[in-house]
Amino acid sequence: MEFNDILQLLLIGLSQGCGYALVAIGFVFIYRATEIVSFAHGEIMMFGAFMVLTMAELWGLGFWLGAAMGLLSMGVIGYCLDTVVMRRMIGESQASIFILTVALGLMIKALAWMIWGYSTFILIPPYHGDISLGSVVIGTDRIAVMLGTVLVCVLLWGFFSRTKVGLAMQAASQNQLAAYYSRVPVKRLVSLIWAIAAMVAALAGLLMAPITQVDTEISIFGIKAIAGAIVGGFGSIPGALLGCLIIGVAEPFLDYLYPPLKGVYAYIILLAVLFIRPEGLIPQTFQKKV
Amino acid sequence: MHTMFKTRYEQDINFLTDPGKRIRVALAFVGAMALPLFVTDYFLSELAIFLCYAIAGIGLMVLLGFTGQVSFGHVAFLGIGAYAHAALLTRGVPFVIALPLAGLISGLFGAALARAVSKMHGFYFAVATLAFAIVMESVFGAAEFVTGGHMGLEVPELALFGFALIMGWQVYYLYLAILIFIIWGVANLMRAPAGRSMIAVRDSETSARSLGINIARVKVLSFFVSAAITGVAGGLMAHQLFYLSPETFNLLESLKLMLMVVVGGLGTIAGALMGAVFVSFLPNMIDGLRMILPPFLAEQSGLETFLFGGIIALFIMFEPDGLYGRWRKIRLFFETYPYYRRATFVRQKRYLKTERFR
Repeated sequence: MEFNDILQLLLIGLSQGCGYALVAIGFVFIYRATEIVSFAHGEIMMFGAFMVLTMAELWGLGFWLGAAMGLLSMGVIGYCLDTVVMRRMIGESQASIFILTVALGLMIKALAWMIWGYSTFILIPPYHGDISLGSVVIGTDRIAVMLGTVLVCVLLWGFFSRTKVGLAMQAASQNQLAAYYSRVPVKRLVSLIWAIAAMVAALAGLLMAPITQVDTEISIFGIKAIAGAIVGGFGSIPGALLGCLIIGVAEPFLDYLYPPLKGVYAYIILLAVLFIRPEGLIPQTFQKKV
Repeated sequence: MHTMFKTRYEQDINFLTDPGKRIRVALAFVGAMALPLFVTDYFLSELAIFLCYAIAGIGLMVLLGFTGQVSFGHVAFLGIGAYAHAALLTRGVPFVIALPLAGLISGLFGAALARAVSKMHGFYFAVATLAFAIVMESVFGAAEFVTGGHMGLEVPELALFGFALIMGWQVYYLYLAILIFIIWGVANLMRAPAGRSMIAVRDSETSARSLGINIARVKVLSFFVSAAITGVAGGLMAHQLFYLSPETFNLLESLKLMLMVVVGGLGTIAGALMGAVFVSFLPNMIDGLRMILPPFLAEQSGLETFLFGGIIALFIMFEPDGLYGRWRKIRLFFETYPYYRRATFVRQKRYLKTERFR
């Protein structure tokens, strides 16, 4: 392996990791707010990518308008998902909720099969092109993923620490009952968090679409993002970002080293980390001591 | 609700306290024994697969229903059991040794996986098993010296002590015997200290810990038992599949197991059996549904997956006790008529119970 190849793989890995991180941000937010781990997030991302594709290409709205409409409609879908389904599950056992989200993911995927079929679609954004840095060539769409991740992180950080709604969301996630007593509309805020998470996931799908193409199989991103989030230590945003970047960078190298297990290295890393350091790199969840 | 007032310890550890229950179990047993007299050979081979699913369902029930830990990757243990069993048989190990060994190997894999995640939040279990199942599907393909890779592995004939079992009824009785043995074993486990502590862990980890239960050990044990039973089911299923390939053990199959346990009713052995019946009839039901639906919907290939997800979601949301819970409600309705109160079974409204502690 030449030095240039390494640099090339590193950049590809970083952008891939950013894609995972965008998905991870969404469900870490949901987890922080409601302690629900949404296994359906990869499917939501896939659905979002299809929505944008449908509006931008098939309906001919153009890329930017289509993207905006697609993100908004995913926000609505996320909001409804909470009000119709997830809200009923407050206080149920964790096991039932996991099973429910997996079932929801399955339904979303099947729905996508029914609507768009099994074929692969191509979405070409207007900023499509290549940039060469010295001897390394990188696509602008990969740079867009990285920029998008940074932008989303900054925006969300600003939203949660500077706005009133964001602060109320923090309060609701720390203690639902106390927030309820202080006239914080917990139910609506939780639905809003689902909407935001779905929009961020759709953004991830949109940004990754030029790289991965759009088909129903990209929902596997969700599980890889969960793997990344656990490697970093579940429940913390910096941890999730770190873990996703590690997985994104490690994947292309490991695929190159031993191809027979191509595509499953994210999970192997996850299992290895769980064996060596079960709490993740930045621990967040603890058991109650008796 | 009719509750028995227990005055002696023997009553508490009795399997079938209720006389009605005793009659029902006896009837089910007689029915199962007499079944080969009435049905065709083809139906018997279908029944053999049903029995495999029932065993796998009981395996998952130990983990999900009794210990409250979610495994999305149980199909991996089905696969490990099937491959281990077939590989041992090809190397000349007799059936009576190969099957328990397959269960043991599968159980050890499960215990190793559980050891890594048993100290953490229940969600780590779910993700680790999911990842494990995905990895194992690739490993089955890559480890060609044992599994034959994507070319597949031929399963040797079913032979017990040198006698080849070729007739449908012979296979059926063998599988039925194994199923009954496993039901008996699990029922026994659930009245032993190990099983009782599993239920304690399911209901509240904090209070289980304060009773001096080593939670991590209980989880590892439960996962071991569960994976071992599922491995045995995999070994038996290998004979019905005739030819093993990695694609057989995909994630959708895992969700089928999950569907079985959820639909049947979490936390009861009868639930696992009911769920297995349901899953076996599901393809027929879907075919029936296709006839009713308008053609643009009926010809969709995603319909089956959609219904899978939909049935799981609806049961989790509206009938978490599954078919067994529904059966109990119907029975109670007739037993206490006209005094049945819906409130007997209504779940309390609760606030979010946090599992995050700092």
